[in-house]
Amino acid sequence: MKKIIYLILFVCAGVAALAQSPKGKYGTFVLTNATIETVTKGTITNGTVIISNGKITYVGAATTAPQGAEVIDCKGKWIYPGFIDGGTNLGLSEVGSDQRTRDMSEIGDVIPQMQALTAVNPNSVLIPVTRVSGVTTVLTAPDGGMFPGTAALINLHGYTPDQMYANFKGVVVNFPSTGRRGGFDRRTDDEIKTASEKAMKKLNDVFDRASQYHKLDSATKGKGVEYYPEMEAMLGVVRGERTILLEVNAAKDILEALKWIKERKLKNVVLTGCREGWRVAGDIAKAGFPVVAGPVLALPSREYDRYDKAYANPGLMKKAGVKVALRTSETENVRNLLFNAGFAAAYGLGREEALKAITIVPAEIFGVSDKLGSVEVGKTANIVVSDGDPFETKTNIVHVFIDGWQIPMVSRHTQLYDEFLKREPGVNKSQK
Amino acid sequence: MKKLIIIACLLIAVSGMAQQLERGTVLIKNGTVLTITQGVKENTDVLIKDGKISQIGKNIAAPAGARVIDATGHHVMPGIIDAHSHLALDAVNEATTPVSAMVWEGDDLDPLDVGMYRAVAGGVTISHAMHGSANAIGGQCQTIKHRYGTVDPRVLMMEGAPRTIKFALGENPTRVHGNNGAGIVPNTRMGVEFVIRQAFSEGKEYMESWNKYNASKNQKGFRGAPPKYDLRMETIAAILRGEIIIHCHSYRADEIYMLLKVCKDFGIKRLVFQHVNEGFKVAPELAAQGAMASVFADWWAYKFEVYYSTAYNAAILTRNGVVTSINSDDAELTRHLYHEAAKTQKYGGLTDEEALSLITINPAKQLGIESRVGSLEVGKDGDVVIFKGHPLSVYAVPTFTIIDGVVKFDREKDPDDMRLYVDPKQTIDMTDAVFEDESSHNHDECMKNAEFLLGVKFADQNR
Repeated sequence: MKKIIYLILFVCAGVAALAQSPKGKYGTFVLTNATIETVTKGTITNGTVIISNGKITYVGAATTAPQGAEVIDCKGKWIYPGFIDGGTNLGLSEVGSDQRTRDMSEIGDVIPQMQALTAVNPNSVLIPVTRVSGVTTVLTAPDGGMFPGTAALINLHGYTPDQMYANFKGVVVNFPSTGRRGGFDRRTDDEIKTASEKAMKKLNDVFDRASQYHKLDSATKGKGVEYYPEMEAMLGVVRGERTILLEVNAAKDILEALKWIKERKLKNVVLTGCREGWRVAGDIAKAGFPVVAGPVLALPSREYDRYDKAYANPGLMKKAGVKVALRTSETENVRNLLFNAGFAAAYGLGREEALKAITIVPAEIFGVSDKLGSVEVGKTANIVVSDGDPFETKTNIVHVFIDGWQIPMVSRHTQLYDEFLKREPGVNKSQK
Repeated sequence: MKKLIIIACLLIAVSGMAQQLERGTVLIKNGTVLTITQGVKENTDVLIKDGKISQIGKNIAAPAGARVIDATGHHVMPGIIDAHSHLALDAVNEATTPVSAMVWEGDDLDPLDVGMYRAVAGGVTISHAMHGSANAIGGQCQTIKHRYGTVDPRVLMMEGAPRTIKFALGENPTRVHGNNGAGIVPNTRMGVEFVIRQAFSEGKEYMESWNKYNASKNQKGFRGAPPKYDLRMETIAAILRGEIIIHCHSYRADEIYMLLKVCKDFGIKRLVFQHVNEGFKVAPELAAQGAMASVFADWWAYKFEVYYSTAYNAAILTRNGVVTSINSDDAELTRHLYHEAAKTQKYGGLTDEEALSLITINPAKQLGIESRVGSLEVGKDGDVVIFKGHPLSVYAVPTFTIIDGVVKFDREKDPDDMRLYVDPKQTIDMTDAVFEDESSHNHDECMKNAEFLLGVKFADQNR
């Protein structure tokens, strides 16, 4: 009898510990009976996904579980690849208004050597809040001047930036704006023109110097160049090895940027933002560069534009033949990526393309589609299980795997809910 | 001559006043009607006659001159109400004093704000145009109907809506007025309590001296002079008399609890907390005192006092019996409050009716207009939104918005450019090519017009 009680106590303690453990779990997991939206290879009903040693090792019809595997029945559930946000500040900022917790803007206008990955705080409270929503991977980007630094793609599990790094970096370039910045901008037309010419000259100077640096570096095999950090960071860019993330939003600026890219014969460019991409979608498509667009839940850029242009922008660009991924530009609410995609879907992009725009398309754009962006054998086990259409607002994500680690489905938000739904004590301290 | 001028003035005044509110007649046919208070009615018609809902039922015949909208396969719900907005305001903060009860947002309404149309396109028919959060006791607010199209600010004011006033606790009033701002009380949450208690006490004295004067002025042999008229104290006295509803910007549980106690001490019952991110921590206390809460669906971490927040706030408050609404405080967010409300189903499992109440009947209660709007019932105002899809679905698209029986948004027919007045000098070639900027939420609407006090432009996260 005593033994039984001990056993019960032991089991209860174990369950309690399990429920509260903030640790991830590694191993072999068999997810059965699910509807699998693979993204690249159609939808499998009543299918199984096996995760082992961090990779997806099986996708298909029902199968027998390997020995020692943990079987998770996903009946009535849906399986997706981890969702990817193409542009955030996640990990770089903790409390928005507190400068001491913000690490995305370094001093200087040409500082591509500044590494966002260095400043990613793996223990940010914001990260669990994000990943339990199904967003497993984000591009986290620095912000500021013309060359504010180098952005990095990270998976949202790990205890060092290197454990999180997802094998893509891109140099952020804020393309000079040629127009008036808003009603508050009181500069004369001439002043605007002069400022924009000056900025373009600066941009070209940096690239000219980088080309020189590249020639010197190549000719001397790296021995004949002095320590020049920003130029070193630009080497990969002029050699076409490192992606330029070119932030540009107004229609006129996008056209200027496309012209500039052509003149400089740049190949490895991703356009980001493109709020007015819909105005010049044909030109972007013709130039052939992909776009990371968003936020979708945004106001139109001009007072006279139709109210829903930001919702419709990804769909309009896609229709014109542009390859479109989505971003939230968020920090604490990157979890709303799914809803940004949902609105884009409803306003013209369609559900299928919207799903691609937060999975396989960003994976392709960032050159990591061999590892991320779809449910396929051999890929990194970034897997999301939901209890319905993941774009639908009320749908809950029930399991998340990142790099094969089963993620505890807790965050500050769920913990506070558990503590306060029925607060004890209530109004009266001496009563439960 | 003088007489003529007077008559002319009178005529102008009368013609201004006589600008009748436009009230229309619309028959919405065969929709799924989400009444909010009386359940869901399938394949049902809603008739709005001369601006009021006159009939809800099957096979209603269209009166002569009625516009008929076929809502087959669509959802019909009451106009959405945003209990926290700064739309259509020319100024938001009178940040020069910790107690600015004498100012009123009704004095600076801007009917040309195209943001109102955009809100209407998201189904929002009424918003609470609020003073900002710079002061412990801020200015009076104005409940407006989005009668976009008028150039008369008076037409926007919702006739008969109770008076409301903005209060603010925590970081905003302390940094505007304290050591990092003007260098006066309040610099801390202790100071905020003091400022409010002092104002209430002075207001009480003011009210009592007037009461005394009014009671004795007609008595024989009375010789005293009237007390000095003070608009600021008039407003405080009206709060004490229960004629003005307090809407208090707040975040932390301790400061919320503080104001509950202050209001209890002064016998003030009409109290709504705004933002109230940590309201869930004192939900039992809020419920016990009948105070209400108007919250964001999921905003947090943009400043320190919202770091310990949860998106489950609305659900916890609702389950604890607090009348709760979801607001926007933002020209972008207000356009999809139906989506924000749906988040309470993800975060806390609220039912459809509970979730929709957060943006209809509950904010109506918080603004004291629940007998007029917030549900589809015969006799209520003809404020209606029609959705393709269920309003709580992410794929929902508002197709029509009707205010007082007048169609104010028609997704198919409205032109792209809905500005009422175009400044010919304003260049149209404008850009804002900054990452994470105006395109997204900038969290500082509440602190508009207070920047000068700090000598610097606020960082982008200052709500």
